[in-house]
Amino acid sequence: MQIILKLYAGLTPFLPAGAQNNQIAIEVDEGTTINAVLDAHNCPRKLCHLVMHNGFHIPPGERDARVLREGDALAAWPPIAGG
Amino acid sequence: MAWAGKMLRVNLTEGTCKSEPLNMEWAHAYLGQRGLATKYLTEEIDPKVDPLSPENKMIMTTGPLTGTCASTAGRYSVVTKGALTGAIACSNSGGYFGNEMKNAGWDQIIFEGKSPKPVYLYIENDKAELLDASAHWGTSVWDTEEGIKHNHGDPQIRVASIGVSGEQGVKYACVVNDMHRAAGRSGVGTVMGSKNLKAVAIRGTLGVSVKDPKRFVQATNDGKKVLADNAVTGQGLPAMGTQVLMNVINETGALPTRNHRDNQFESANDIGAEAMAKVRETDGKANLITNAACFGCTIACGRISQIDRTHFSVAERPQYHKASGGLEYEAAWALGAATGVGDLEALTFANFVCNEQGIDPITFGATLGAAMELFEDGVLTEEQTGMSLKFGDAKALCEMALLTGKGEGFGAELGLGSKLLTEKYGRPELSMGVKGQEFPAYDGRGIQGIGLAYATSNRGACHLRGYTIASEVFGIPVKTDPLDSDGKPALVKAFQDATAAVDSSGLCVFTTFAWTLEDFAPQIDAACEGDWTAERLLEIGERIWNLERNFNNAAGFTAADDNLPERLLKDAAKTGPSEGKVNELSKMLPEYYELRGWSHAGVPTNETLSRLGL
Repeated sequence: MQIILKLYAGLTPFLPAGAQNNQIAIEVDEGTTINAVLDAHNCPRKLCHLVMHNGFHIPPGERDARVLREGDALAAWPPIAGG
Repeated sequence: MAWAGKMLRVNLTEGTCKSEPLNMEWAHAYLGQRGLATKYLTEEIDPKVDPLSPENKMIMTTGPLTGTCASTAGRYSVVTKGALTGAIACSNSGGYFGNEMKNAGWDQIIFEGKSPKPVYLYIENDKAELLDASAHWGTSVWDTEEGIKHNHGDPQIRVASIGVSGEQGVKYACVVNDMHRAAGRSGVGTVMGSKNLKAVAIRGTLGVSVKDPKRFVQATNDGKKVLADNAVTGQGLPAMGTQVLMNVINETGALPTRNHRDNQFESANDIGAEAMAKVRETDGKANLITNAACFGCTIACGRISQIDRTHFSVAERPQYHKASGGLEYEAAWALGAATGVGDLEALTFANFVCNEQGIDPITFGATLGAAMELFEDGVLTEEQTGMSLKFGDAKALCEMALLTGKGEGFGAELGLGSKLLTEKYGRPELSMGVKGQEFPAYDGRGIQGIGLAYATSNRGACHLRGYTIASEVFGIPVKTDPLDSDGKPALVKAFQDATAAVDSSGLCVFTTFAWTLEDFAPQIDAACEGDWTAERLLEIGERIWNLERNFNNAAGFTAADDNLPERLLKDAAKTGPSEGKVNELSKMLPEYYELRGWSHAGVPTNETLSRLGL
């Protein structure tokens, strides 16, 4: 199945080749979890501070169990703030 | 100690400058800067005064730590009754001007009356005099700053000035210092212009003393280490700046777009931090040149940008080819998402013009967004506006920035701000703001707490009076659910009170991404006479909040003004995680009043006033 992977700020370098506008559609197996995707792209867990699944914040303790579905968006940022 | 202990009173009507001792009893009760100047202002003016009359006063004010070796110790504020809102106004700025003022030996400067002709105040340590500014009247902030430095043959003078917008009565003119740092919101520059005061220029070399120098150096070094070790203040902000938020807030479904018609912007990634760092195909350079720091700052979140010289906005305007103050998140949102414009170079140009002529980019962009909606609805025509004002039109953005900066053409109408503009054309519901001031860059439907913070902000809609985004989106100090209104009244109150104390210290509110009041207290305690704890600072913050509230109530504001536009209360967010949500203000507000110790009418009770010594 296909999902959209979005990596921003200091995580941008971990996007695979072909990504545009900080995102790319990738193929993953059914049952793939958030952390499995981030690990597969070598994103250091320590840097994956803000992680959103379809725009909803997912705390670190839930990322091993949260399963992605077809068409989902997974977005991640290192520690950031502003305003 | 830390406080200079004296202030300058400038009577512009009489043309006099007099030194006065600082009221130290008030300094101990209100700390400095925002709190102390608000105390002076509320004691000295009638809350019902016309903001643009000579009877209104304007105070430039520093905190006790301004000009010291503490990190971010360059802050100053401009406190007055706001031209845009008619409410209490306090606009905070960085750069180097605040440090210079404090090092000249002044805690604050009170301006009263109105000069019969354009003048600027020149200060060289103890010496202060009003000088003729007729040669600078009608010129931009940039030209004024260079001109005044030239007048005195001293490039190290620090200047805070208004542009043509402030002279022309644009309701949201800023006071700009160091070319591109601004006391930006609520029309403090408009008040300055109404007094025929073009600029304040300062050279200060006296230094700032503190109570216990050895302990102060240790405390400030401890604070700097916390900032350096924190991933946000040590790495995230210097690398990406505040603009990193563009994609974050868009992903959460809370990026107000096209005058809040939509809550996500399809071009967000074209105008955020990642786009600023991207090498352009046209000239092989990135928009972002470097980051930059204000006086004494160890975070350095500022952006310095250079516009693509082939871009239509500057192709015929070489004066904008140099690197200058780049986009911060709030400005990029207002100039971009609020108007539907996804052209980063056009946004950067409009931002340069806002700095050059001293207009608040948040209110300008939001007002242009409202005008664009009026245009698309057929209420405004091309005959009236002089050009097409459809959402997403980058050329309209650039042209209107130039016109508004000078108060010319349709820019004079945009200079009214969205409240007066939409009222004039019979569609007041299209003004996206509170108490006459436009929202910044977060949608109160997708982030519940910030909606309450906007509704209750004492200076009109503002993110910097209680930045609950830190908790609701970033998880600082703890993560709360942005879509859930439960617990938000207490969160808003805590942020508002703590921020009021920080704004009174002389340091930057961005330190609070790493520091709590427990980190501020030892620095203030080592610098200032008396015993300073986090608890005392929080109480001072609450005292300031209630002082400001009392002023607004006396000025004629009521609980009915603690409100949000119907669009946020009735028109549900259309897309993303916030789809279907409206702001739950009616549920949160009563609880907020109760926590504040206010009546149902939003008035602090006698018990609350007594508890806070008001």
